Amino acid sequence: MSEKILSMHSGKDARAGEIVIADLDFMIGQDGTSGVAIDVFNKMEGKKVFDPSKIAIIIDHSSPSPNEGVSAIHKKIRDFSKTQGINLFDIGCGVCHQIAPETGFVGPGNLVIGADSHTCTYGAINVFSTGIGSTDLAAGMISGKLWFKLPETIKFEVSGKWPKGVYSKDLILKIIGDIGADGATYMAAEFDGPAIEALSVDARFTISNMAIEMGAKAGLMKADKKTIDWTKKHSKKVFSPVESDKDAKFAKTVHIDVSGLSPQIAKPHTVDNVSPIEAVEGLEIQQGFIGTCTNGRLEDLEIAASVLKGKKISRNCRLIVAPASKNIFLEAMKNGIVQTIMDAGGVFVTPGCGPCVGTHNGVPSDGEKVLSTANRNFKGRMGNNKAEIYLGSPATVAASVIEGKITDPRKYI
Amino acid sequence: MLLKGSARKTKVVDDINTDYIISGRYKFKIQDPYELAKHVMEDLDPEFYSKIKKGDFIVAGRNFGCGSSREQAPMAIKYAGISAVIAKSFARIFYRNCFNLGLPLIECDTDNINDGDELELDLDAGKLKNKTKDFEVAVNPFPQTMQTLLNDGGLVEHFKKHGGFKL
Ligand code: SF4
Repeated sequence: MSEKILSMHSGKDARAGEIVIADLDFMIGQDGTSGVAIDVFNKMEGKKVFDPSKIAIIIDHSSPSPNEGVSAIHKKIRDFSKTQGINLFDIGCGVCHQIAPETGFVGPGNLVIGADSHTCTYGAINVFSTGIGSTDLAAGMISGKLWFKLPETIKFEVSGKWPKGVYSKDLILKIIGDIGADGATYMAAEFDGPAIEALSVDARFTISNMAIEMGAKAGLMKADKKTIDWTKKHSKKVFSPVESDKDAKFAKTVHIDVSGLSPQIAKPHTVDNVSPIEAVEGLEIQQGFIGTCTNGRLEDLEIAASVLKGKKISRNCRLIVAPASKNIFLEAMKNGIVQTIMDAGGVFVTPGCGPCVGTHNGVPSDGEKVLSTANRNFKGRMGNNKAEIYLGSPATVAASVIEGKITDPRKYI
Repeated sequence: MLLKGSARKTKVVDDINTDYIISGRYKFKIQDPYELAKHVMEDLDPEFYSKIKKGDFIVAGRNFGCGSSREQAPMAIKYAGISAVIAKSFARIFYRNCFNLGLPLIECDTDNINDGDELELDLDAGKLKNKTKDFEVAVNPFPQTMQTLLNDGGLVEHFKKHGGFKL
C-alpha cells in the first residue's frame, strides 16, 4: 500500500528503500510544533503557502493557554493562519488527529504529513500519513512536497472473535509488547484480517494511532465498506483507495488471534512494557484519564459510560475525561454519556489533548499512579517525572476508577 | 569532514525518547535554542549539559530519539554543542529532523564506547576511531539525499539556496 500511495504521488514507480519527492494532499500542525514551523517558514524566506486549503493548524496541546509563553505561540499561530488564509482550529475544537479525518480533509489513498508523531492515525482510513518535524512542515507549506524514503512493510494478520471486555486498544498494546518499541522502525505496518474488519472505524483509529509506538512510519488498513461509508459521511472529496497486491512482499507477517486475549496494561515507563491485566490487578491508582487521539472518541466515551452507569468513583481516585473533539463532546451530551460520567464523579476538560502531555492540566503529584487511555507512558509525560503512568482501554480505566485500583473490566460488562 | 570530541553516554542507553532529550516541560516555555540546550537529557542526568565540550558526541544504544516529533529535541542537542549522535539505531522522525537541521547521525555498534572516550569521526572515509581504546569501526555512508542536506547545512539552507527541493 505504501509503495502504491508514494508512487502515485511522486510520479515514479518506486519501491521500498528508494527516496522520492512526493506531492502532499494535506498537512497539519499543532500548537507544540507550529510555532517553530512558522519561524522556519520565515527563515526559508517563505512568502505564501503553496495552497492554504491543504493546510490546517490545530490548537490542541496546551489549550486554552496556561501561561504567557504558550499564549505568545498561540498568537503567532493565529496571526500566521489569518495572513496565509489557512484552516485554523482554535481552542476547544479538539485533537488534531480527530479533526483531520472528522472534518473530511483526509481520506483513502491520500498522502498526508503532520508535525505530530501520531499522524499515523489516519492509516485506519487508508491514508499514508506520517509524523514529521517542524522543518519538514515548513518545507511542505512552501512547496507542497516532501522527501520520503519508501518503507518496507510488516503485516499483522489478525483473526479470531473479540472476547467481551477486550478492545482494539488491548490488541495494539499486546502487539507493541511483543514486538518492542523499535520492532517496526523505518517500516510501515499493515493491519488486516477478519478481526480488524469486525472493528468500527473509531476502534481502528486506536490501532493505527499507536503504530508509531513500535517505531512504524505508518499504520495502514485497507478501505472496506465501513471505511467508505465513514469517509462519505465526513467528506465531500473524491478519494482513490489502495489495496496491497495479492502477491505483495512483506518484510515479515505476524499472525495474531484475539480470541484468548485479556485486557492489556502498559506499565511505566515504556509502552512496550505490557502485561495482561491479571498481572497488575489490584494496584492502587489515584487518577484515571479517558481521552486523547488514541481513545477519546465517541465509542470510547460510550464504553466508559456503560461501565460507570449507576456507579460512583472511589473517593481515593479522580477521573478526568477529555473528548477528542467538540463534535464528540456535543454528541456525548446529547445521548446522556456526559451526564452518566459526571454523575459517577468524573470531570470533563476542554476537547483537545487534555492531560496527555502534561502541559496544561491534570498533572499528577509525586508518587501518584495514573491509569490512562493515552498512547505514551514515558517518565514525566504527564508533567511530573515522579508519577507513574499505566495505559489501558477506556473500559479498564472506567472499571478501575470505581474501585480505586487496576480492575479487570470484564466483571463490569 | 573530520569531527573530534569525547563520547557522552548516559546510564540508560536504549530507547532514549524525546521526552528524555528535552522534557515537554520546557518545549513550550523556552523558545531560545541555547536556553533549551541547557536542559538537554536533564531527566536522565542533571549534569549532562555542564559536561559537554563543544564538538562532543552523544553515544547511545538502540532506538535513540523515539517518541514525539518535537524538533526541540535535535535542536537542544545541536545547540548544546554536540557535533553528531552515534547510536545503534534511531527512531525515524528524529532521524529526519536531525538531517533537516544539519545534525549528522551515525549508526554503528556502540557497546565498546564508554562515557568520556576520545573519538574521531571521519565522515568521508566512513570511519569512527576510538582513540582511548584504540580501535576503529566502519560506519555506513549516508544516502545521497542526506549527504546533500548535510552539505547544504540543513533543509532551511537548502531551500534558501535552491528555492525548493533539489535533492
Ligand atoms: S492527545 Fe496526546 S498523543 Fe495525541 S496528539 Fe495530543 S498530546 Fe499527542
